[in-house]
Amino acid sequence: MDLDYGPRYDAFREEVRQFLQTHGHRAPGGQGRAARPSPEAVAWQKLLIQHGYTARTIPEEYGGYGAEPDILVSRIIAEEFSRAGIPGGLANQGISMLVPTLLELGTEAQKREWIKPTLEGEIVWCQGYSEPGAGSDLAALKTSARVENGDFVINGQKIWTSTAKQADMIFCLVRTEPDAPKHGGISYLIFSMDTPGIEVRPLRTMTGHAEFNETFFTDVRVPMDQIVGQRGQGWYVANATLGHERGMLGDPDALESRLQALVRLMQAEQVGQGCAMDNAVLRDRLVALQAEVAAMKFNGMRILSNSLKGDPGGMAKLIVKLQSCELAHQISALAIDAMGEMGILYHGSEREREGGAWQWNYMFQLGLIIGGGTAQIQKNIIAERGLEMPREPKLAKPAAVEQATKVASGQEKGAV
Amino acid sequence: MDFGLSQDQQMLRDAISRTLADTCPLDHVRECTEDRASFSDKVCSALGELGIWGMMVPEQYGGLGMTMLDAAVVAEQLGYAVAPVPFIGSHVLAPLALAQGGSEELKAHWLPRIAKGEAQVAVAIAQTVEIRDQSSVDFDGEKLDGTALFALDFLGADAFLVVDTAGRMHFVAGDAAGLEMAPLTTIDRTRSVGELRFSGVAGEALADDDGSTSSRLRDAGRVILAADSLGAGQAMIEKAVDYAGQREQFGRVIGSFQAVKHMCAEMAARHEPCRSLVWYAAHAFDTAPDEAPLMACHAKSHTGEVHRFVARTSTEVHGGMGFTDLLGLHFWFKRIGFDRQILGGPEKVRAEAAALQGWTQAA
Repeated sequence: MDLDYGPRYDAFREEVRQFLQTHGHRAPGGQGRAARPSPEAVAWQKLLIQHGYTARTIPEEYGGYGAEPDILVSRIIAEEFSRAGIPGGLANQGISMLVPTLLELGTEAQKREWIKPTLEGEIVWCQGYSEPGAGSDLAALKTSARVENGDFVINGQKIWTSTAKQADMIFCLVRTEPDAPKHGGISYLIFSMDTPGIEVRPLRTMTGHAEFNETFFTDVRVPMDQIVGQRGQGWYVANATLGHERGMLGDPDALESRLQALVRLMQAEQVGQGCAMDNAVLRDRLVALQAEVAAMKFNGMRILSNSLKGDPGGMAKLIVKLQSCELAHQISALAIDAMGEMGILYHGSEREREGGAWQWNYMFQLGLIIGGGTAQIQKNIIAERGLEMPREPKLAKPAAVEQATKVASGQEKGAV
Repeated sequence: MDFGLSQDQQMLRDAISRTLADTCPLDHVRECTEDRASFSDKVCSALGELGIWGMMVPEQYGGLGMTMLDAAVVAEQLGYAVAPVPFIGSHVLAPLALAQGGSEELKAHWLPRIAKGEAQVAVAIAQTVEIRDQSSVDFDGEKLDGTALFALDFLGADAFLVVDTAGRMHFVAGDAAGLEMAPLTTIDRTRSVGELRFSGVAGEALADDDGSTSSRLRDAGRVILAADSLGAGQAMIEKAVDYAGQREQFGRVIGSFQAVKHMCAEMAARHEPCRSLVWYAAHAFDTAPDEAPLMACHAKSHTGEVHRFVARTSTEVHGGMGFTDLLGLHFWFKRIGFDRQILGGPEKVRAEAAALQGWTQAA
């Protein structure tokens, strides 16, 4: 057990601190959930790329900083920005999912055209994966693209397209080979959201806000070269991307700062002559959550250490999404309970606490437990990959059943 | 930067694990504990060859002078094998207490014997957690009077370390005049605890003791219990997964049913972060005295909660067989139950954790 990063990394940490002290005032105000970055945010992003504090390992010729991958360096950058309360580099679906995919599977022309403006926040992307009939079973997607005069012509519907309203571009899974097996008939297309035939409708959620959209495609024409990878290979292209959706939902720093906010709330929330923290039952729940947050923090350090040794992470990593999302939800639940009757105030009411943030979190985090691979899918993965338990026996495919029936009836006829 | 066990610690873990696999199968545990709690001479002597009894004894007294993280590694394996051997009291807490506050004479006499496995010293600090049945031990400056419950590693102990109402530690020989002993029979027959009754007993107070020794012993004990629970929980998860992969109902192995799979996944998901928490708590005990008490509380209370869930869920995965004596799963269930209650159940420990952070209203 050695928790020191060593002198070389300590020096790097000092460099990051210096940078934040000198330039921190130029950071855009607030974390800004705005999908379209402000001019200040774009300027900040460019400054961070220039210093290698974001897009660090992306080659220079595509607009990155061009450093060798170093997990500890990335960790130090994240820690120091979090500690200073200063927003780090942009983290949107274009940067976290599309860029790594293009780097791995895009053509040279695609890399040169899309990566730099995406990194610099000039092009905003949305993700067209889920459909009303294709959630956990994503490969069942039905949005189709037929070929007509050298174009793909797309028809269908996507859901949970979170930044579709602001996005310039979409990376989208469509079925191009309707006769191929489920996973083999999908292609990964990239196209402009200004293309005629696209309609975006906000999807209002239980929080009262529209954090997501539904996107409808009616005869949307996309040139055939706007494909990443080969026709019918889209499932594998997308899975390369899903691998890059790393840690977005399981950041131990985020859990710790939520817990600290909860401690402050329980100390500040007045109840009679005392405060919510004086309630032994609430306090007991708080300490129980604190222990869990600590366990997840150290679990994160263990994963980090393992990956330094080239170990993929195993069970410690498989459980992160399930446990972190649940824990975040429990932290918000306790905050609401600590507020007592005040906990129901929302929608900008008189006496509402912290702009209704705890209620919003409590509801939105339920969405995170469901999204990005539901808790139940996560448990399947933990059981089947982590514990090597037997997979669910596959039901006979309808097509196979049909085939078998034909053969059987044919034989019968032959026999007669 | 390396968050995890060193090469040496991994070798230690593997050596203990192999030794216990060879010497301590379930049938042997059953033999030792059939009628009442008793320790296994066979397992004790095998572990003794690995130097385990002296791991926390300073080198100058014939031990290995190892760390709490090393001891946690061993405790995890003992829990995994439900090993009926003394450890937490005689080989972790007693050496720590004696090394910290024992007179030169006490150290020179007892530490080498503990290290060789020739002497066993039980430790009674339950009253630093809470006083039950009005059991406490008073020290009037010369003599000890009162009752101490839950002396750890009681059976066969040659001497005792006991805390008084002021939190100071005293060393008492097993044959001291005025000392009576009675075993306490618990759910877990792989452990031994007992009560000590003092009527004007002369002991030896540990030197310069302002009560900090007993607090530190309590932290150490909690880390060791958490580590033991970690090992027992790991074993119960593995057993559930194995059983679910063999048992067939409705024409398929039950492990292919999502309901069963999810029970196992939930156990694993809650259990896995406990490992890192226990390691860190042990490491904090060794290197970060400011953090150690809080981390010991977190490790103890959190493993207590998680492994209660694991113990009942693993039993359920085994269905009716899990409930029988035949399968022996209950040895782990009970070991986890012991680990949870001793030195403070989760609610008590969390109340202490809150107080440590100044979250408790001044009474």
